[in-house]
Amino acid sequence: MESQLGLIEQSFDLRYSGGVREALNELPDSFTITDPCISGHPIVFASNGFLKIFGYSKDEVIGRNGRMFQGPKTNRRSVMEIREAIREERAIQTNLLNYRKDGTPFWMLFHMCPVFGKEDGRVIHFVGVQVPIPRRPRRSRSTVVGNTGNLCENGARFREGMFRCCRREVCLDTVMELGCGSALDSVSSPDDREIEINEPCETSELEKRKANAAVSNVLSVLTHHSELTGKLVCGKRCCLSGTGLLGSSLNISLGRIKQSFVLSDPHLPDMPIVYASDTFLELTGYARHEVLGHNSRFLSGLDTDPATQFQIKECIRTEQPCTVRILNYRKDKTPFWNLLHISPVRNASGKVAYFVGVQIDDSCKNQEEHGLSPQRRQLSVVGAVKVAVRSLSIGASTS
Amino acid sequence: MMLRIKRVPTVVSNYQKEEAEEGDRPAGGCGRNCLRNCCLPGAKLPLYAFKRVNKISCDKGLVDCEDKEAPVAFLDSLLLGEWEDRMQRGLFRYDVTACETKVIPGEHGFIAQLNEGRHLKKRPTEFQVDKVLQPFDENKFNFTKVGQEEVLFQFEPSNDNEVQFLPSAPIDVENSPSVVAINVSPIEYGHVLLIPRILECLPQRIDRESFLLALYMAAEAGNPYFRLGYNSLGAFATINHLHFQAYYLAVPFPIEKATSGKITTTNSGVKISKILNYPVRGLVFECGNTLEDLSNVVSDSCICLQDNNIPYNVLISDSGRRIFLFPQCYAEKQALGEVSPELLDTQVNPAVWEISGHMVLKRKKDYEEASEGNAWRLLAEVSLSEERLEEVKDLIFEAIACHIYDDKGVTPTLLEESDVTPQSLEDVDALTGSHPAMVPA
Repeated sequence: MESQLGLIEQSFDLRYSGGVREALNELPDSFTITDPCISGHPIVFASNGFLKIFGYSKDEVIGRNGRMFQGPKTNRRSVMEIREAIREERAIQTNLLNYRKDGTPFWMLFHMCPVFGKEDGRVIHFVGVQVPIPRRPRRSRSTVVGNTGNLCENGARFREGMFRCCRREVCLDTVMELGCGSALDSVSSPDDREIEINEPCETSELEKRKANAAVSNVLSVLTHHSELTGKLVCGKRCCLSGTGLLGSSLNISLGRIKQSFVLSDPHLPDMPIVYASDTFLELTGYARHEVLGHNSRFLSGLDTDPATQFQIKECIRTEQPCTVRILNYRKDKTPFWNLLHISPVRNASGKVAYFVGVQIDDSCKNQEEHGLSPQRRQLSVVGAVKVAVRSLSIGASTS
Repeated sequence: MMLRIKRVPTVVSNYQKEEAEEGDRPAGGCGRNCLRNCCLPGAKLPLYAFKRVNKISCDKGLVDCEDKEAPVAFLDSLLLGEWEDRMQRGLFRYDVTACETKVIPGEHGFIAQLNEGRHLKKRPTEFQVDKVLQPFDENKFNFTKVGQEEVLFQFEPSNDNEVQFLPSAPIDVENSPSVVAINVSPIEYGHVLLIPRILECLPQRIDRESFLLALYMAAEAGNPYFRLGYNSLGAFATINHLHFQAYYLAVPFPIEKATSGKITTTNSGVKISKILNYPVRGLVFECGNTLEDLSNVVSDSCICLQDNNIPYNVLISDSGRRIFLFPQCYAEKQALGEVSPELLDTQVNPAVWEISGHMVLKRKKDYEEASEGNAWRLLAEVSLSEERLEEVKDLIFEAIACHIYDDKGVTPTLLEESDVTPQSLEDVDALTGSHPAMVPA
């Protein structure tokens, strides 16, 4: 059984030659590397520069998802944009408010970019670079706090300057309209701090250049170290991912479903498995690479009823859902009765894109979880998969 | 003069028949296993007792912002599992996942779906569209007439503030439960109806308690792609029996990507903003010290609109963190013959989902020719003009004045001067020339 930490080690070790971590840590920049194929889309590498800025130790960060650095004032728009970029497997540069370990928030320019496998065009990793944005002294702010006279005069120009800011939902209007004089004194310091935090300050060309350079450096190191293993990576997708393996966002979405299931692609020869959940691997004892690309018949064995297998084939042929009870075998050859539910799954084109197979170990079938029967839980997997496959293929034609 | 339009209504239940709307329903047992006294006694349905969450926060470790990585929540599992079960039992009029759908290329990402089966009916019915508040009519179709198999589960607050699920619970007729039922003409997978206190037969009008229920459901599902919507009468509600709609679509809605300009914050911490850079004008409500605070400000605003006979739509998005309110006037325009025939031909009734950017199209031609420009133009027709929105906004602010009384002595008029014009001009500059600028009507 693959442990989470084991998978994380492998994420690097299988792809890059030894010394890659040291080489990455020679770079001064702050960056993280994440693996979208591991459930939870965790961080698999964090540079020393990163740990320093955020105040965490390596162990506190590896295996966690990037959202751990977000907090109450993190702007949801940027989070949405990042989510979309991951889904569409493309690069993005956006301002983001993150929190250090000690709870203090700070603005940074976040630049993320995918790393593609050269042969199959699949996204192997995402690289995320963080460039803190220093708070530049603003004439406006000092005007508000101290020099009340100037505020009104410069009011109009000041306002324009503010709106050129990256973040539009600025709460400054309230402060401004209070006008000159004693009203300003009632603007207590917590408000000032809040204003500071809500303002990201403009990103200058300097930050953008720093980010681009950092990404470039990281990609160089990764590319170089992938040459040595023969499993090349590159910064641009070199070929279409035609091997049937799923895009990152679908992988990530399916990773949320904590039950045993596989996705098979009927358009590829011999209808191979293109996705297997962690729970499936636990149930059957196989490792992911032993399962992907193979037809699920490997689960059947000597005493499996051929009539049941035929029934499955028929349902697939007619694109109908079905439930069967089939004798399957684990990797260690032990048999188990599999209450298997199979259903066609359509993508945004309206046509069948995959078949989902949800397994229940019959010896556990009477276990209710939260009061949901196993059969109901099976159907909930089908529903969740249908939503994910349909939704995530909706923009396919445009990207 | 009463304003009426002819419309082919959407069938939301298998037992919704036109004759029912004409008023000649026989009394007594019906043999349909419905929810009325003829069939209800002894009936049992699953019961989901939700936790009344005090506040939906974004703190790490509490509710996940990036819900993509969090395990599928229990309410989601229940809803999806029950829905798929009804799917396999053939209770839906068509397989919505077989309907082609796409994101229209462009900056805003409008979503179009080709669905020829949704509005299928022979005789169009006349709807009165100039009254937002109409009394409940027992003779017309209502949700107590649906078959019990269309109801997925009861949805009630838990007594001990822990989530509880009972696979089979009796229905308390004295204390009507709220239920979640399927919409047999779904727009997307998982399309359901949330019907507050179903047996009380409340007409389609928002009240504080019902809105709070809807907000609790959004929070409980915890899935940013599970949104709830509400259409008032006159804003394309089909049935005058209080209900919200919800479904799953794991893409951002265009309205969710629109920028907003803050107008004010109530003293319960609810931030009210104006929607910018979007063809339909409206307001956004978010934050709030507690969920209930947010809910009350929004429902009080809705009640104000209802009382002033202004039709409106509401979208609850981002797991209940952001709520959009769209006053609209399309039905009135339609009845007065002010809508272009070209738009009428598409037969798109701009209800909450369309306004949010998710358009269901009946004709292949419309689907193939769907463009950001077309979508924008249609929605712009729905929107109130800038001046009218200001009036409506003032009405609302007057009604919710108790919420925004500011003891710093700042009057509401000053607060409104968050003059967002510079921003919107900027937005226009930033746009490509591919779609029309926002021109006040």
